Order: sequence, then C-alpha cells, then structure tokens
Amino acid sequence: MPSTDAEPYLRVEDLSVSFPTRDGVVRAVTGMTYQVALGKTLGIVGESGSGKSVSSLAVMGLHDMKRTQMEGSIRIEDTEVVGLPEDRMRRLRGNAAAMIFQDPLTALHPFYTIGAQIVEAYRVHNPDVSKREAKAKAVDMLERVGIPQPNRRVDDFPHQFSGGMRQRAMIAMSLVNNPKLLFADEPTTALDVTVQAQILDLLQELQRDFGSAIVIITHDLGVIAEMADEVLVMYAGRCVEYGATREVLTHPEMPYTWGLLNSVPELTGDPEEALLPIPGSPPSLLNPPNGCAFHPRCGYSHLVPADLCTRELPLLEPSPRGESHLKRCHLLDPENDMRTHEPVVDDDVLEQPDLVVADRVQAPDQQTLSTAGDSNG
Amino acid sequence: MFGYIVRRAISGVLVLIAIAFGVFILYFYGPSDPAQAYCPKNTCTPAQLELISRNLGLDKPVLVQYGDYMKGIVVGREIKTGKLTEPCGAPCLGISFKQDLEVRPYLMGRFPATLSVAVGGAVVFLLVGVSVGVTSARRRGSALDRGLVGFTMFTTAIPYYLVALLGYLILINQTGLFPGSGYFSPFTEGPIAWIKGMLLAWVILGFFYSTAYARYSRGSMIEALNEDYVRTAKAKGLKDRTVATRHAFRAAIVPIVTIFGIDFAGLLAGTIFTEYIFDIPGIGVAALQSVTNKDLPLISATVLIAAAFVVTANLLVDLAYAALDPRVRL
Amino acid sequence: MAEAATSASRGAAPLLEVRDLVKHFPVKSSGLIRRTVGQVQAIDGISFSIDPGQSLGLVGESGCGKSTTGRVLMKLYEPTSGEMLFDGVDLAPLSQRQMLPHRKDIQLIFQDPYSSLNPRHTVGTIIATPLQVHKVVPEKQVIDRVKDLLKLVGLNPEHYNRYPSEFSGGQRQRIGIARALALTPKLMIADEPVSALDVSIQAQVINLLQDLQREFNIAFLFIAHDLAIVRHFCPEIAVMYLGKIVEIGDRDTIYNRPHHPYTQALLSAVPDVKQAAIGGRRDRIRLQGDVPSPINPPSGCRFRTRCWKAQDICAAQEPPLLQIGSAEHQVACHFAEPNTNILATSA
Repeated sequence: MPSTDAEPYLRVEDLSVSFPTRDGVVRAVTGMTYQVALGKTLGIVGESGSGKSVSSLAVMGLHDMKRTQMEGSIRIEDTEVVGLPEDRMRRLRGNAAAMIFQDPLTALHPFYTIGAQIVEAYRVHNPDVSKREAKAKAVDMLERVGIPQPNRRVDDFPHQFSGGMRQRAMIAMSLVNNPKLLFADEPTTALDVTVQAQILDLLQELQRDFGSAIVIITHDLGVIAEMADEVLVMYAGRCVEYGATREVLTHPEMPYTWGLLNSVPELTGDPEEALLPIPGSPPSLLNPPNGCAFHPRCGYSHLVPADLCTRELPLLEPSPRGESHLKRCHLLDPENDMRTHEPVVDDDVLEQPDLVVADRVQAPDQQTLSTAGDSNG
Repeated sequence: MFGYIVRRAISGVLVLIAIAFGVFILYFYGPSDPAQAYCPKNTCTPAQLELISRNLGLDKPVLVQYGDYMKGIVVGREIKTGKLTEPCGAPCLGISFKQDLEVRPYLMGRFPATLSVAVGGAVVFLLVGVSVGVTSARRRGSALDRGLVGFTMFTTAIPYYLVALLGYLILINQTGLFPGSGYFSPFTEGPIAWIKGMLLAWVILGFFYSTAYARYSRGSMIEALNEDYVRTAKAKGLKDRTVATRHAFRAAIVPIVTIFGIDFAGLLAGTIFTEYIFDIPGIGVAALQSVTNKDLPLISATVLIAAAFVVTANLLVDLAYAALDPRVRL
Repeated sequence: MAEAATSASRGAAPLLEVRDLVKHFPVKSSGLIRRTVGQVQAIDGISFSIDPGQSLGLVGESGCGKSTTGRVLMKLYEPTSGEMLFDGVDLAPLSQRQMLPHRKDIQLIFQDPYSSLNPRHTVGTIIATPLQVHKVVPEKQVIDRVKDLLKLVGLNPEHYNRYPSEFSGGQRQRIGIARALALTPKLMIADEPVSALDVSIQAQVINLLQDLQREFNIAFLFIAHDLAIVRHFCPEIAVMYLGKIVEIGDRDTIYNRPHHPYTQALLSAVPDVKQAAIGGRRDRIRLQGDVPSPINPPSGCRFRTRCWKAQDICAAQEPPLLQIGSAEHQVACHFAEPNTNILATSA
C-alpha cells in the first residue's frame, strides 16, 4: 500500500460493485482498494466505463441497493459502510462525507433558491438550528467560496448564476457541515478553463482550511497533475496503477497509463509530434476480455511470454519503482519495456463487435444511478 | 408580466370574436334551413317559413345579425319577440328561439350542476390518479407498477360513454349499489342529497380520467427521479420521502398542472355524456339540445362559454407555470 | 479595418477571408409591444483569413462567439454585417438558394456525436444525403462512394445499413466526418470536434482529421476551447473574447510569447500534465470575476474589467487589432507586452 503519513480517513478494500441487468451482470467495479488521509487528495482517473464514478457513489451509498450488489469493505473513519443500515448511512451523507457533481446546473434544483438548498443541507444534520441561523450560515459559506454580494445572491435561483458561481455554490453546500471527506466527480469538466483554474484553487484553499480528504474523479490528467497527491488509474472496473502522482505520471508502469499520457497533446515541446492514440475502444463491462482487460488494445502484450495476458488477470503488485507504486501488468519492468519498444497492435482491434452493448450497459436501469458523462465511449 | 396578461387578454378576445363569427357562418351557411326546425314535421308553407324567419330575426343579413349579437354582449340590446320588444341587458346572449327564455340567466341557472360535476370529478381523478402514478413511479417495476400500466392501456381503449352507460346500468339499475343520480342543489335540498346524486358521476368521471393522470404522473415522476438534483438531494443526507416529495414531486407536478388546467376548462364547458347519462341538467346537455333545435342564440352562447373557459384556462395555466418554475420569464 | 493578417505575407490567395464580421442577436422586451431593447453582440467585428489547406484555430471560452462564427460562416445564421469571401465570392449577402452551390465547399463537423446524427436514418443515408442533394455522383455509384468514405474514416464499410445508436461516440464522430467529407469540401469548420469524446479516442479522431487534411488538402477552421489540442492541430491561432479577436498569430508566438493579457491568463490556467508532474507549478494568473454580458459589453476594451493592466484609456478607447513584429501577429491591447514565462516552470 502506498504509504501515508497520517491515519487514513477513508479505507476502501476489495470493493466490487455490480448491477444485474437483463443482458447479464455488469461488473462496474472489481476488487478496488485505496486509502485517503485527511488533508490529502486522491485522484481517480479513467475513461467511460472505467467505474470511477460508480466506485465513489458506492462509498456515499448512493446506489439503489435493490438493484446493486456490493462486496468488500468501505470504512469511513471507523464506520463500515457496506451493509450499513440506511438511516445510519444518511447521517454520514452530507455530514462526514459529501459529494460535488459534474454539472452544477442540473445538480441543483431549479425551483429552489441557492440559499434554500444550502439551508436544507445544513438543517438536515443540525435540526435544532433556527431558519435564521441557517440562512446566516449559508451566506457565510457563500462568502467563503468567493461569491460576491452573498447576502443578495443567497436568494437567487441557480439559473441566475454563471457556471463558475454555480459550482462554487455547490461546493459551499457540500462543505456546510464540515465534512472530513469530499468527493468531487468531474467538478470542472463543464467549466471554462479559467473558471476551472479558479475552482481548483478554491478546492485546495478549502482543503487547507478545513483539513478534509478529497477524492477527485476525472478523466483529465492535467487536473490530476495539479490537484492530486496520489493517483489511481482505473480501466474496465479495476485499478491498474496506483501511486504518488508525480511518480505515476513521469514513470508510468502500465501500458494504459502510458497510452493516456501519449495521446494527450502538450502545451510545450514539439507541437508536430504525433499523438499516439490507444487503438480501439473501452471494453464492454458485460463481457470483458479474458485475462487482462486491456490486452486487446495493448501494444506491449507481445513481450509477455506464452500469451499470458490473454489468459490470466495480472495482480496489482509493486512495480520496480517501489512498494508504493503499484501496477497491474504482467510485464516485469513495464516502463523500461515501453520506452524501448515500439507498440504492436492487432489490426482487427479496430473492428470490435458489441460496442453497442458497451454503450447500453453503462446505464443500467436509470433509477439506480445517474452516471452523467459515463456513457461516452 | 402585466404586459403579458394584457397581450393575452386581447388575443383571447379576438379569438372569441372569431369563434362567434364562425358559429354564425356555420349556422347560416350550413346544410339546413334554420326556420325548418320550428316547423313540426315540415308541414309549413313557404309563407309560414318566412313568417318564422322574420319573427326570429333570421331574415336580416347575416352580418347584421352577427353585429347585433356582439353588440348585445357588450352593451345590451332590444329584441323583438313576436309582437313585443324586450330589453336584454348586457351581456346579452340573446333569447332562445325554442324556449323563449333569455339565454344568459338560463345557462347561469344550469351552471352549478356542471360545476359540481367538474369539481367533484377533478378532486377524484387528481387525488387517485396522481397518488397512484407517483407511488408506482417510486416502485418502478413492481407488481403495482406493471399492473397500473397494463390497466391504463386497457381502459384507454374503451370509449368514455360506454363506461358511463355500463356504470349506470350496472351500478344503479341492476345492482342498486349506487343511489339514483341527478342534480339536487346542496343549498335547497341539502348536501347529502347533492352528494348522493352526484356520486356515480364523480366516480365514473374520476375513474376514467384518473387512469390518464396516473400515467402522466408516473412518467413525470420517473423523469424527475432521474434528475441529477435528486441525486444531490440524496447525497446531502435527506430522507427518501423528503427527496421524493420536496425535490422530485415538486418538479414532476408542473406538467400535470398544465394538463389539468386545460382538462378542467373542458369539464366546465360541460361534459355531454356524463350529464346526459346521469340526468344532470348542466350546460353540456343544453348545448346538445341547442344544436338539435337549431337554436342559434343558445348555440352561440354555449360555444362562446366553452371557448372563454378554454382561453382563460390557457392563460391561467401559463401564469401558473411561470409561478411554479422560476426559470420561465413571460 | 484590420487587414487579415495571416495570409498577407504568404502571397497566396486566401481561401477564406473574413472582414469585420458582425453578428448581433436582438433581445426583445416583455412589455405590451415587443420592442427590441438590446443586442447580444455575439460577434462584433472580426477579421481573419485561411489559406487553402491550412488550419486556423479559434479559441476562447463560453460566450466568446467562436461557435457563432462557425455557424455564421455556414450561413446557418445570417451575418448582421461584414464580408465573408470564399474563393473570392462574398457569401454574406447571398440568399439560401444562392448559397447552395457553395455549400459543397464548406462543411461543418459538430461537437456532439450523439445529437448531430439523425437516429432514424441509417449511416448510409446520413452520408449519402449530401451526395444526393448536390448530385455529384450518379445514383448508382452512391453506395460505393459511401463505402469508400466509411473506409476512409476507419469504419467498416459494410456497416452502412446500421443506425447511429449501434456505434460508440468516437465512431459516431467518424460518421459525422465522413458526411462532411462526402463532398470533398475545401474548408471544414470543426466545432469542438473532440470535446465530447474520451481522451484516448480524441487522439484517434485528431489523427484522422490530420490525415484527411494532408490527403485532400482541406483547410480547417478549428474551433475549440482545449488549448493543447489546438496547438497540436493548428499552425495559426486566433484568440477570441466576448465577440472580438484579441490576438492572432502563429503557434509559436501565441504559446511562447503571448502578448495579450487574456491570452496570457488563458494559457496560465491550463493544467499541463508534464509540467506539474515534473514538479513545477507555474505561477497562475488569476482572473477575477466573471465574463461580462455580451448584451452590455464594457466600453473600450472588453477585457478591461478583469485585466490587471487596465488603465483609463482602456475604458475610453477600444484598442485596435494592430500588427506587432511580423505581419502575421496582431494584438488588440493598449499595453501589449510579451510574456515568455507563462508556460515555463517556476523552478
């Protein structure tokens, strides 16, 4: 396990989340393990269908348990969340653990003022507080997140705010009860880049003030690079790489991470340098490939003897870089291999059948969860 | 907003004027001769027909008649009936050809019956329909939900008058489960009699419309429950019931309100089948009779009243929408 | 009147030349009589040009007018004023009927692969429609051409009878590209062509567009908010803010020596993986506040309300787009100054 100086506040161990659907069982998350300490930020990065949002919703207990199977352990401070009765889970939500979502326009109720929604978030966990006090607290929070004229804007509706202001308001709402754990699910994807910078700065500032543990879920490696102390890379529902951000981004030990880094253009360096996309598409979660789920798209699996990648799932284990940098790859020294060999890919990986299904199963019965942005294949 | 209301009122009035004109055109340029309607079994001579026409004022040019009628609505007019000339105060809706009564007081007298049907039926179908719909939305896929969907598909295939007739025959005539129907004013004959008389009409009407409302509410509620803000509400730690009512239902109700406004206006204009089958002397039956009797003033009046209700309902519904949804700017 | 900077030095006749293009949308009052009480100044006098086979990137944030520009060029909106010279012909005053023959040469690729394809049409129909409308290919050969196009964009040609719902997002975007390519246009306007796609798929589509550009010598107007992708694709870039072009120049200048404060702020805000990974956190220029309303833009320079260099003259006088250094580089700022440190590490 990557070492953390402080005691972890959130401990996830071997978490699996699956949804039985008409077409079969969708294994959205399998065997996920990670930890976050107070004052630290973990970034979970992955693309559509990686399971990153599903895993965070699982920690918050936001899945419809009638349609979801959850296994493993999730410990928030000392409380085990898996199997926790709903009324106790409710006491944690919005209180010890809070979540901000991707699109603040749809995530806030259009018919109630921002103030009313913050007041509601406050009073559900502090029922003895009077309405006036709660409103004053709402104004205070709006000021903390940098909204000008908070006592006027507290009575405005979400559609009267700009995108950046709305996201700040949502942050204010989620922090109103001083949660020690904050999930941010694609918090800046819907925002302009200058506003994104403001929001990321704000989150870091608030982390310093409140001392919370933050889990930031995103597909944007740049955001991870700026915000996260540690990063967890997800592919097809599993963790495939885990370690300190700087480590993982400069010495990737898994071809998927390597592929992601190579497919993103840079702001510096040779602008004409070719982008090396990862061929093919993310796999179906109904019928994932045998062995390593990434092997059909992996340019280095030919370096592994005896076709091991197609038969056996690699374990998540320490890389040659150290105990705290984990990789899920059969290659013994992936970074070295990737830097010294050209990737080789099968031609018919471009021609994958059943991509149809991949799109459909990202969103099983809609009432279970709403994975906005997760069916983008 | 004031400008909006004024604009809508003006366009509403224009609509009514156009509708009245349409009625007159249909009446006069329709297939049959209006004066014939006042002739028992076509035994009149042309001279008699002409006399009838003159008495009813039908010999004047159509536009003049139309103008007189509209003038009557605004400022009142004087009407010749046979040898006499009677004043008719504004808003004058004419004097019935058939019954020799002033139309306005006649219809106003029949309005409470229609109103009773409408309000009672609305209460039933709103309560039953919306609660069933919302409950099955929350328990989607359950037996209740699937039963409801199947049931509504079945009932919407059956025409309303058939349901009403069967209801009457079985529940009143054959089994006597329900008391006889009819309109008994709650003020003069007591509320119990009133309720007894209206009961079956309310049940049938309510039941029939409630299936539609159950479907609308179910759909609207399912959509609302899938919205991101419902997930946010849960993430704040709110109870499921609070999320369902204060967040989801509050949003789901808006399209229902708009549909209801229009439906209610239609009910106020008189539900012909219900009134006819259940012996309720309301505006609906009056409208039906007026057409059979080719009674122009009564026809115009009932049509205009119906149109006025619909126009007003549309305006009120739009205002309600703006009141319920702060994003809407009029 | 700003001379279109980008082609003047090259001597070749530009394919597209836009001069002082303006697009305003009227705002109606809600009183008794609906009068026009204001204008949304979506584009307020922009000029640029694109040579055949070249790419110009148009970057900016929400509300800057870049998407509107693409649509006005396609005459999906009628321009309020200005000139749009395509191959020498001014498209601005043309009626929709007169525009038809020109539409073969300018095509648009949309942002959202999920809503830009008609779900009720097969892929074959979608791609064949432009061919049939413009009658460029005899009816018998349409299917063959459709299959060729599918192959060109990396899809299985036998799938022309499938519906869009059977394809993933990246594949749908390829279908959109095939459709745009069907008429072998001279200019493609790509409006955020990859924003809605996964990162690993974005690179595939960008590579495809580059290959097609090289093979068919297609000029591109590449509209995007992602500065890294634009840098990769476009040798020339125009930066827009609130309906105006504030800086325009070649890639090297814009990214390494940006002169306009907004360009500098924009670049400073982009998180860069390699940078942060090495451990250098650049000093970020923090812009205060929000973008002002395009109905009531600030007087003089529109950026002054958020600019740290703003002085009185900025409110009084709108800075013209002036040449700086080479003819290709223009900046609209009273206090333009290069900053070479934006993308450098602060180590």
